[in-house]
Amino acid sequence: MGLSETLNAGQFFYLVPFVVFFPVIGLLINLFLGKWFGEKGIGTIACLASGASFIIAVLLGIALLGQPEGMTLPYLNWIKIGSLQLDWAFRVDTLSVTMMLVVGGVGTLIHIYAVGYMHDDVRHNGDPGRFRRFFVYFNLFIAAMMILVSASNYMMLFIGWEGVGLCSYLLISFWYDKGKDGIGNALAGKKAFIVNRIGDFGFLIAAFLMFKYFQPLAPGGVFTFDFQMVAELAPQVPATIIIAITLFLLLGVTGKSAQLPLYVWLPDAMAGPTPVSALIHAATMVTAGVYLITRSHAMYSLVPVAQNWVAIVGGVTALFAATIAVGQFDIKKVLAYSTISQLGFMVAAVGMGAYVAGMFHLVMHAFFKALLFLSAGSVIQGVERGEHHVMHDPTLRKRMKHEAHFDPQDMRNMGGLRTKMKTTFWVYLIGSLALAGIVPLAGFWSKDEILTEANALNPVVLWLLVIAAFFTAFYMGRQVFMVFFGEPRTEPSAHAVESKAIITIPLIILALLSLTGGFLNFPTLHTFTTWLDHIFKAVVEGGAAGEAEAVGFNFMIAIGSTVIAVGGILLAWYLYMRRARQSEHLPLNQRPDDPLRSMLGPVFTLLENKYWVDELYGYVIVKPYQWLSHFLAEKVDWDFWHDFVHDKILVGAYNGITRILAGPIDLGIIDGFANFLGDGFKELAAQMRKLQSGFVRNYALSIFIGVIFIIGYLILRLG
Amino acid sequence: MLPVHYYLGLSVILFIIGTLGVLIRRNAIVVFMSIELMLNAANLAFVAYALYWQSMNGQIFVFFIMTVAAAEVAIGLALIVTIFRTKASIDVDQISTLKG
Repeated sequence: MGLSETLNAGQFFYLVPFVVFFPVIGLLINLFLGKWFGEKGIGTIACLASGASFIIAVLLGIALLGQPEGMTLPYLNWIKIGSLQLDWAFRVDTLSVTMMLVVGGVGTLIHIYAVGYMHDDVRHNGDPGRFRRFFVYFNLFIAAMMILVSASNYMMLFIGWEGVGLCSYLLISFWYDKGKDGIGNALAGKKAFIVNRIGDFGFLIAAFLMFKYFQPLAPGGVFTFDFQMVAELAPQVPATIIIAITLFLLLGVTGKSAQLPLYVWLPDAMAGPTPVSALIHAATMVTAGVYLITRSHAMYSLVPVAQNWVAIVGGVTALFAATIAVGQFDIKKVLAYSTISQLGFMVAAVGMGAYVAGMFHLVMHAFFKALLFLSAGSVIQGVERGEHHVMHDPTLRKRMKHEAHFDPQDMRNMGGLRTKMKTTFWVYLIGSLALAGIVPLAGFWSKDEILTEANALNPVVLWLLVIAAFFTAFYMGRQVFMVFFGEPRTEPSAHAVESKAIITIPLIILALLSLTGGFLNFPTLHTFTTWLDHIFKAVVEGGAAGEAEAVGFNFMIAIGSTVIAVGGILLAWYLYMRRARQSEHLPLNQRPDDPLRSMLGPVFTLLENKYWVDELYGYVIVKPYQWLSHFLAEKVDWDFWHDFVHDKILVGAYNGITRILAGPIDLGIIDGFANFLGDGFKELAAQMRKLQSGFVRNYALSIFIGVIFIIGYLILRLG
Repeated sequence: MLPVHYYLGLSVILFIIGTLGVLIRRNAIVVFMSIELMLNAANLAFVAYALYWQSMNGQIFVFFIMTVAAAEVAIGLALIVTIFRTKASIDVDQISTLKG
């Protein structure tokens, strides 16, 4: 600890706002000035912004070595309403810094990779102008994720939580004018957004419940949503409320971390460019759910019922997604389902209370899954370059199958890339073996730790995970054999070209991390466990058992899981190498695309179609919802409300009343009376006019008669 | 002294003759004279009553009526002369320009 003592560690903590500020600065520069920079400038700024926040995270990590308990740094008063006080405060402790290191480190590597990848991608898709937009989104994503992990309270975390949701929407539908019918990618982005909103609804309900039941207990009645405050108050709250809160949080987790039943958005999210898949769907955003449960461990540890649910959801998801991955042909979709499955491992681990194991697997998974996604991107671009080459060569072009569209992501179009893309092959192999759990790569240690914990804590979950682990090894073997071994199945694959150094160098770094990462928490040393220990100490003392403590290394589990992994790979080798060779005498287009199809029959169709879960949701939720919307819009709003109530009743009644007022009443009675008077006087005048004869004697006579009458009257009256 | 009935009777007879003259005759001058006759009848009645009631009011009215009659004759004759000049007739039935 000599280093940290000389550094006066605590000072570094005050740098924490910069993990958020640097990416924000980067994105602002690119947003407003990027158009004068060109691709190199934009890429450099974005990478520097991300890299700077990684360096801050490293400094924070060094500071934590001296002051492991960390601290909370209030930055500004954000919202204050009555008994609610939300601060924009940063939490620096080993857990948040672990996440910052992963987000910053892996994120920066992906940024560097993306500079090379997007250079080709924006040209391939025909819109180089989007290069800048991509990196603005990318930095925004890093900023949002950093807010999420550096937050000291649930509401600030929620801002980051929503921010990454927004960024995933923006990035998944990055090529919004591409895809099926020109809207396929946009729909994928929309799906991710909506499914995540369902999860966020759970998060919000949990937050409201928290406010309602924690606020009266808070000191001075001022509730801040602070993690520590929640952890301290949680034991005083009735267990049923904690169960409700934790289960609603679990709903949020299933949305963000793509667990059953809300996992459906993640495979579709592969519509985004490959670096997006790597950043969002392997390394950062989807791990937010695992992080959230780990953050809320004080509450989860109080309610075993909720913990059990979390573990079961994780375990079932792990197995479920692993089986689907077996039936996929899109190179990225296999990895997507693999991600869901691995997230299931993590969620199961944190559900069982094995928080360290879950976080450990999170970090390792970030390494090797980012590696796999990025390598897959390299493969895709290699094949695309091959396709380009073939299209410009008249003799080769004739040999292409006359298909409307060549899909460079379909593994059935690949094969034999081992010799064409050597670097990509080796890093991919390392990533696959790490994911499959082969000694001594990263995935072995973390997965093994989860299995060991499961062995001690929850046998049902153990079996789910073991079977899932077997499938993991199998589908990764299947993928590697289909993509890299055998002979090329198409011309573009035969002419694939290795990617540039800017792409392969991040891959090599990630491969090294995947190779050696496992030693971070090597059994008997437990560096990582010690590192995270301070977070969970309170819980251990709180009496919720020493679940968080590392369970010792178990040789039986280690050997068992290795055997399972090797078994899976061997089975894949047998099916995809040996059996494939038997059909070599057939011409290319008559060979079975997958030997499992004939072996499993309808089961394979079931897997290939992902258990028709999307279709099920479509029929159970989307269709009725659309029908209801249509009904409400067409029948209720338009036909009933607009046409009937407005047009018929209101307008009709108004028109009717107006017509009555205008017709019979105004014209008939009022005008009629006036006209009657007018006509009457006119008639009277016409009659009177006749008296005006102009003859003097007539006038004299009438005066005479009048006088007689008046005199007569006077006489009669007098008489 | 003669009773007042006699004067009044004469007045009524004169008035009726005047009225009939106005109503029946067409000659404007005759009509005019008939009006004078009616005025004289009224004067006679006033004077008779003035005597009867031993009051000066009737006598004063007679003066007024005679003044009005004089004025009327002056204007009326002027009108008749003018009408004759334009229409070459003083037949009152010919003069109906003011009919409605």
